[in-house]
Amino acid sequence: MPEILAPVLDGLLIGLVYGLAAIGLTLIFGVMDVVNLAHGAVIALGMFAVYFLFESGIHPYLGLVIVAAIGLAFGVFVYLIAVRPIIDGPPLMTLLATFSVSMVIIGVGTALWSTSPYNVDFPVKTLNLFGYTVTSARLVAALAAVLVTAFLYTFLYRTTLGKAVRAVANNREAAELMGIPSQQILALAFGIGTALAMLSGALIATLFPFTILSGGIYELKSFVASVLGGLGNPTGALFGGVILGLIEGAVAPFIKVSWTNVIEFVIFVLILLFFPTGLFGGRR
Amino acid sequence: MKLLSRPFFWLIVAVTFLYALLPYLGQNITLRETLVLSAIYIILAANLNLMIGYTGYVNFGSIVFFGLGGYLTLWLIASHHWGLYPAVLFAGLVTSLLAFLLGIGVLRLRGAYFALATIGINEAVKDFVANFEPWGGAEGIFLPFTAFKAMGGPAKALWTVYLLIILVMGLSLLLTYLVKRSKFGLGLFAIREDEDAAMVLGVKAPLYKTLAYSLSAFLPAVAGGLYFFKNGSVIPDEAFNLHLSIEAIVMVMLGGQGTVTGSAVGAFLYERLRGLLLTLPGLSNFHLVIAGALLLLIILFAPGGLMGWLYRVWPRLRRVLE
Repeated sequence: MPEILAPVLDGLLIGLVYGLAAIGLTLIFGVMDVVNLAHGAVIALGMFAVYFLFESGIHPYLGLVIVAAIGLAFGVFVYLIAVRPIIDGPPLMTLLATFSVSMVIIGVGTALWSTSPYNVDFPVKTLNLFGYTVTSARLVAALAAVLVTAFLYTFLYRTTLGKAVRAVANNREAAELMGIPSQQILALAFGIGTALAMLSGALIATLFPFTILSGGIYELKSFVASVLGGLGNPTGALFGGVILGLIEGAVAPFIKVSWTNVIEFVIFVLILLFFPTGLFGGRR
Repeated sequence: MKLLSRPFFWLIVAVTFLYALLPYLGQNITLRETLVLSAIYIILAANLNLMIGYTGYVNFGSIVFFGLGGYLTLWLIASHHWGLYPAVLFAGLVTSLLAFLLGIGVLRLRGAYFALATIGINEAVKDFVANFEPWGGAEGIFLPFTAFKAMGGPAKALWTVYLLIILVMGLSLLLTYLVKRSKFGLGLFAIREDEDAAMVLGVKAPLYKTLAYSLSAFLPAVAGGLYFFKNGSVIPDEAFNLHLSIEAIVMVMLGGQGTVTGSAVGAFLYERLRGLLLTLPGLSNFHLVIAGALLLLIILFAPGGLMGWLYRVWPRLRRVLE
């Protein structure tokens, strides 16, 4: 197979991780119509969580489970403090509220860990996949993203609690009438979204060096991926992430890395303008 | 409207003169540098208020106008030997025109979608400029020393630019006041309350929104040109600093969205607060945390900001302070 496919394969693998981050964002939007602007800051928290777990002797992949649990608890906490009081207010208010959470997280992070880069330094093997060399970290990150997504789908479609989440997403009032405690479900959904963001951050931290500000890039990638797939649509978000990764991989040999962001944002704005419900059409 | 008989108009004039004269009379450079930052904040907040407060559209990337104005101005001066005045005016007009064209597209989006797009625009422009060689890429543009010579040497030029920035501040307040009292402004407020209903009532919502967006770009772009001229250089990270446009939102919310006084007072207080936090030992790293916490508290407990609270306590104030 031609050389050109190597970066594309890399792009596909990292794209699955972007997809995971985007699912976290899109799930929250789908369930409660809140665009979580603390998403990037939470991704950065995931990076630091796995870093500190690793420093205290826990293998990064084992650390993922702990990171997910922390993310769930943190998400519920953020929801109760910052989102719940204004959940029925104008969208401006929830945007600003989640943004203020992001400012607090990034501010505390900067004060504690400065903005210099960190690195989760664990042994990585190179593997041979269909004649291409990929690092084991990248492969595991992609597999973990797929596994978590599968797990999420099993939860949403095979359990009663998952059914309740979908019911609240569909129509909160009707769900209330069916005896579903919608506030608790919203808190849970926010927690899951946050956990997914932290997980994706943790996975990214096993691949690249990072700072407390790194989350911003991945937040924007999550936005691009989720609008590609249609805001509120988890499957779409995963595909959006993969498309994004593939684009990155495909253009990598031809242009300077610093231009990829420009291309992504242009795609982002164009998609918002011409396909506001995503490439796959329809709403949720 | 008889502008000259309005006390609020004279209040704006008085504040502008106060800002201009306080440091100038004593030739106090420290005070000037404090007030210039405060004036820039007021300019950003007042113009952002046109979008957030009047029209109800959250523009997270309003700083893109400021940065573009700075870049255009410095580029015209450094590479094409323009004078400062034509350069800032041209930069303001071009930025405003770009905002108009962009607005035609982007303002078809509502609520969260629009807000996301504005972040995307700022980041895209920043990354574009950082890669754009004619504008110096990541190193930015440096002004040659001769640029100041044309204005009677650096010391004199800095005072002139200071007075110009204060003028732009006064104009920003006047502009937002005039818009608020005009039929155009009423149309914007109608869009904020209910865009569909406003359209049914005959408000040309797409045109009005786009005009508001374009209008909110002009004076920040001019201010950006003046500010970066004063600095003598411009780099992408400073020109398109997303944090500053978020801080501008905090200022508008702090003072009270939709009010002229609120945006100015919010910006003034925020600058004071920020200065205080930066100088207090141990707290200098926490100014972002405190700004964030402050924003959250305002949203949760006082969505009307300072002016909303004052109006409630003292309803007659509504007639004097816009």
